[in-house]
Amino acid sequence: MEIRLDQVSHQYDEVVVLKNICLSVPSGRITCIVGPSGCGKSTLLRFMGGLEQPTHGTLTQLGSPPDGCLNALTYIFQDFALLPWRTVEGNVGLVLEDHRLSSAQRASIIADVLARTNLSDFATALPKQLSGGMKQRVAIARALAVNPAVLLMDEPLSALDSQTRELLMDDLVSLWSRTPFTAVYVTHNLQEAVRLGHQIVVLSRRPGRIHEIVEVDQPLETRTMTDPDLQKKHDHLWGLMREEARAADAELVHG
Amino acid sequence: MAETGTTAAGAQGPRKAQSGPVVFRGGGFRPADHRGIGLLVLIMLIGVVELGTRQGWISPLTLPRPSDVFQTLVEFTQSGQLVLNLAPSISRLIIGSALGIAAGIGVGLLIGLFSVIRAGLVPVVAAIFPIPKIALLPLFVIWFGIDEGSKYALIAFGTFTPTVVATYGAVDNVDRTLIRMGQSFGLSWISIVRKIVLPGAMPGILSGLRISLAIGIILLVAAEMLGAEYGIGAYILQAGALYDLERLFAGVLILSVLGILVNAGVSLVEKRLLRWRV
Ligand SMILES: Nc1ncnc2c1ncn2[C@@H]1O[C@H](COP(=O)(O)OP(=O)(O)OP(=O)(O)O)[C@@H](O)[C@H]1O
Ligand SMILES: [Mg+2]
Repeated sequence: MEIRLDQVSHQYDEVVVLKNICLSVPSGRITCIVGPSGCGKSTLLRFMGGLEQPTHGTLTQLGSPPDGCLNALTYIFQDFALLPWRTVEGNVGLVLEDHRLSSAQRASIIADVLARTNLSDFATALPKQLSGGMKQRVAIARALAVNPAVLLMDEPLSALDSQTRELLMDDLVSLWSRTPFTAVYVTHNLQEAVRLGHQIVVLSRRPGRIHEIVEVDQPLETRTMTDPDLQKKHDHLWGLMREEARAADAELVHG
Repeated sequence: MAETGTTAAGAQGPRKAQSGPVVFRGGGFRPADHRGIGLLVLIMLIGVVELGTRQGWISPLTLPRPSDVFQTLVEFTQSGQLVLNLAPSISRLIIGSALGIAAGIGVGLLIGLFSVIRAGLVPVVAAIFPIPKIALLPLFVIWFGIDEGSKYALIAFGTFTPTVVATYGAVDNVDRTLIRMGQSFGLSWISIVRKIVLPGAMPGILSGLRISLAIGIILLVAAEMLGAEYGIGAYILQAGALYDLERLFAGVLILSVLGILVNAGVSLVEKRLLRWRV
């Protein structure tokens, strides 16, 4: 499934947050959105997930979700959003309970996604017993359980330490390599963007417009941190971001 | 003087280099479990009173002798009077507070979930909260009769308002990101309420329950002081009218134990339901 944004603009009261965003999120690829703080990345993602509506412009979903898809547009949150009173399998099960599934089907979906995220041994643990990285893997498992057409991730790794982040990036890469999914991935971190993105959308500071779209063609599995090509992309992105970030920073200071 | 001396020495630090272990100063300000201390204080207080009444520096008109109170309590139990008085009291407390708490949680949830209902009912609740419910007892007698009805109503009414306030406060405090998560997965409204809002509000509701039940016990006694043949409240009232301090204190002691038991019951429920809390 594909998402197309046409002339999307948005303002909160007087503040114009996004202006004339035209973007296509292609099927089976990861689209990264980067941009300075407060430029409207999270807002854009909320539009795509149908949690909020833009003041102008339209969002269209092209094509139909895959068979067995229970929730076409599925979120992964920065702060995990796990129910603390449910176990790992209970948290995954939560999103299946409103659908007509037999308990055997439900159990097999849960077992499958927990196996894919290496969580099988922790099925009965409570969130308070898990580290941050594990919690985010539970959230990823929960998102996979509904077999989404598009995964919407808002800084999914930024609450984690850098080593855990590396590990989870590897996990995401291997998940994608096994079964390519469509994803929109919002991040501050340019390294994450060049590592995971097939298409990297750079937004300008508020009001957010599309500054540039950078394509990275190299297959995900072969990307490494030391790759000179990727380093070049990274530096290019940083060159684009630098001025914006500085200006955005100064803007906040001046109110 | 000694204190200013040390500060001065500390300020001039490097001049006179002193070595030694790093001073620990991170203690205190943390609730710790000191089991038994409460019991010890209680036993000591009772011991002092016992000693005073025996040696005569506490007159028997001021306080009854604890051992006499205990004796009264034993007789009270053996004669079967305890069960006779306690059973109706407990059933009044259970029925009255169950009605009040159930209604309170229901209305609290409605206030928490629907802004129109909130706008309509919050002022009403704020208006009836501070009314001393005991003052309304005559009204309840007219409405619900002199029998059990008015007693249930008084206790129910008294436990209702604090439960409402605790419940809608607890609903307001449920993590919004969890609700948003539920919506983003397309959960139905009723699922979100049942599986996210209600469990999320449970800690707040349970701590409100503690207060509601204590108020329930207070009102139980008040209700029984008016037209009840049996009941702990009636027993205390009779003893008070006769200035029978031993029986009065025996009755009060039973109420205290009831309070402790109710509190322990809530703690038990909390432990079981809120095992997930960090
Ligand atoms: N509900 C809201 N009401 C009013 N203003 C809002 C609201 N949500 C966001 N904003 C404002 O819109 C702007 C964009 O917010 P958004 O959260 O989308 O930025 P972001 O790019 O995700 O920022 P960050 O990188 O810090 O996560 C910010 O200036 C923010 O203050
Ligand atoms: Mg954001």
